Amino acid sequence: MSDIQNLKQIASQVRRDIVRMVHAQNSGHPGGSLGCTDFLTALYFEIMEHDPEDFKMDGNDQDLFFLSNGHISPLWYSILARSGYFSISELSTFRKINSRLQGHPTTKEGLPGIRIASGSLGQGLSVACGAAITKKINNDSKLVYSLHGDGELQEGQIWEAALFATHHKIDNLIATVDYNGKQIDGPVEDVITLGNLKAKWESFGWETLEMNGNDMNDVVKTLGQAKTYTGKGKPVIILMKTEMGMGVDYMMGTHKWHGVAPNDEQLELALDQLEESLGDY
Amino acid sequence: MKKHEYKEKKDTRSGFGDGLYELGKKNKNVVALCADLTGSLKMNQFADEFPERFIQCGIAEANMIGVAAGLTVGGKIPFAGTFANFATGRVYDQIRQSVAYSEKNVKICASHAGITLGEDGATHQIMEDIGLMKMLPGMVVINPCDYNQTKAATIAVANYTGPVYLRFGRPKVPNFTPEHQNFEIGKAVILNEGTDVTILATGHLVWKAIEAGEILEQKGIFSEIINIHTIKPLDEEAVLSSVAKTKAVVTAEEHLLNGGLGDSVAQLLGRKLPTPIEMVAVNDKFGESGKPEELLTKYGIDTDDIVSAVDLVLKRK
Repeated sequence: MSDIQNLKQIASQVRRDIVRMVHAQNSGHPGGSLGCTDFLTALYFEIMEHDPEDFKMDGNDQDLFFLSNGHISPLWYSILARSGYFSISELSTFRKINSRLQGHPTTKEGLPGIRIASGSLGQGLSVACGAAITKKINNDSKLVYSLHGDGELQEGQIWEAALFATHHKIDNLIATVDYNGKQIDGPVEDVITLGNLKAKWESFGWETLEMNGNDMNDVVKTLGQAKTYTGKGKPVIILMKTEMGMGVDYMMGTHKWHGVAPNDEQLELALDQLEESLGDY
Repeated sequence: MKKHEYKEKKDTRSGFGDGLYELGKKNKNVVALCADLTGSLKMNQFADEFPERFIQCGIAEANMIGVAAGLTVGGKIPFAGTFANFATGRVYDQIRQSVAYSEKNVKICASHAGITLGEDGATHQIMEDIGLMKMLPGMVVINPCDYNQTKAATIAVANYTGPVYLRFGRPKVPNFTPEHQNFEIGKAVILNEGTDVTILATGHLVWKAIEAGEILEQKGIFSEIINIHTIKPLDEEAVLSSVAKTKAVVTAEEHLLNGGLGDSVAQLLGRKLPTPIEMVAVNDKFGESGKPEELLTKYGIDTDDIVSAVDLVLKRK
């Protein structure tokens, strides 16, 4: 089986995890989680150099990932469990009382793989910049990755960080924007338009790439390309086109599944479309 | 009353700057961040000597707090400095999520706190910051009283792992605590032993409390004066044992009544040792432009106000 085929199989299982987790507690954010599944699968299973079995908060000599749009936590939890940070059986505790799998990611409960709390939007790019500076000071050649929602770019702090990263030549950082064009209240362009996003990031001095975040070939290829742009004095950002709800037909093409859980019948409909490739938790 | 003397007046922000420079020399993990106020916070020496560990953030405080949180991930100890107003209220959610909730080892260094910032007026004179910061679970809140103590506190917080809010100020005030002191987080310092009333003061009001104690002594009132440099965690044992003896307490601080030291002390005494209490603090007001000393007088947080508060509380004993 090719690497791409393998990644696609993992992604299918992760999507099953997402809809099952959100259904089980009748709470959570399936739309963006499903849209970013291919990206995070490629990142954790193909691109990043990391050690799931021996998680350390400092992450020295490892690539780091920060999830800034913390509401797509079911995706991240599934990816972390499936890559070995903790047992997949723990996925059944998502959003339940006494769980390490909080509604939004937190370090408080000591869940391996998580290095900062997120959920209140707009903060992760700054955090990623800080972690990237520490790597430079420590002469640690590994990279820092981050993921952000497109609606999240309406937060002013993102643009503070955008200026900062260029000024300080943070060239060991690859940020990605989930450019699905949707947020809770509707299409991003109806809520607060982002205008020409590529031109904005380029004008802020970022090496700006684009990719189709739901085409595994393109994701792997573009992430690999992004790595070749690191170490050249500029921060790197990937504008990643995705489809919210990708993989579950009735969740696609709408913002309505941003933060709504499927009922029993809808869960079955979703699972029928997603191959159980690695075994459900 | 025990004599407290000083050779010169110095600003507490210089204590911070000098402490930070000392730290820079001996602890390679200490990094400093500033939001375009390097000179005001006396961080120049650190910035000049350790440019690779000084991070200019520009006028973008929210980003500065996030960057500081990120720097801790690989083991750095960031000291993020700006004016108290911009270090707290402006970035409350960044501190809440990325620092306090995430339990990051960030030191938030807040200068020009309180009304003694002076002429710039109320936009810059935050008197809510202690309250904002002490409300955050796990946040340590420190407000040293003079240059020497601020320097010692700055050095001490680097050895403590966890988020700290370090509050200091702009004006030159009597530098009376020992040059070489062991600053212990959460350990109150008894400046004078007395029997009639306990005066608990923090920050710039500590020296005012000493002045008040001398006036009170002339009237035959013997004050126990305690420097509460750490508002959280509060030294409950020191407060309770003193109040058990004096049976009357006055608190003094350059902060609002709501959320300040007095509020913490009242909460403690209400639960464990109900005692008459008066609070010298600003009651539900913003400040205004003026000289620091004029403002302390006008806003009712000066030496005479402590004396009056003691007179009042003694009548309730």
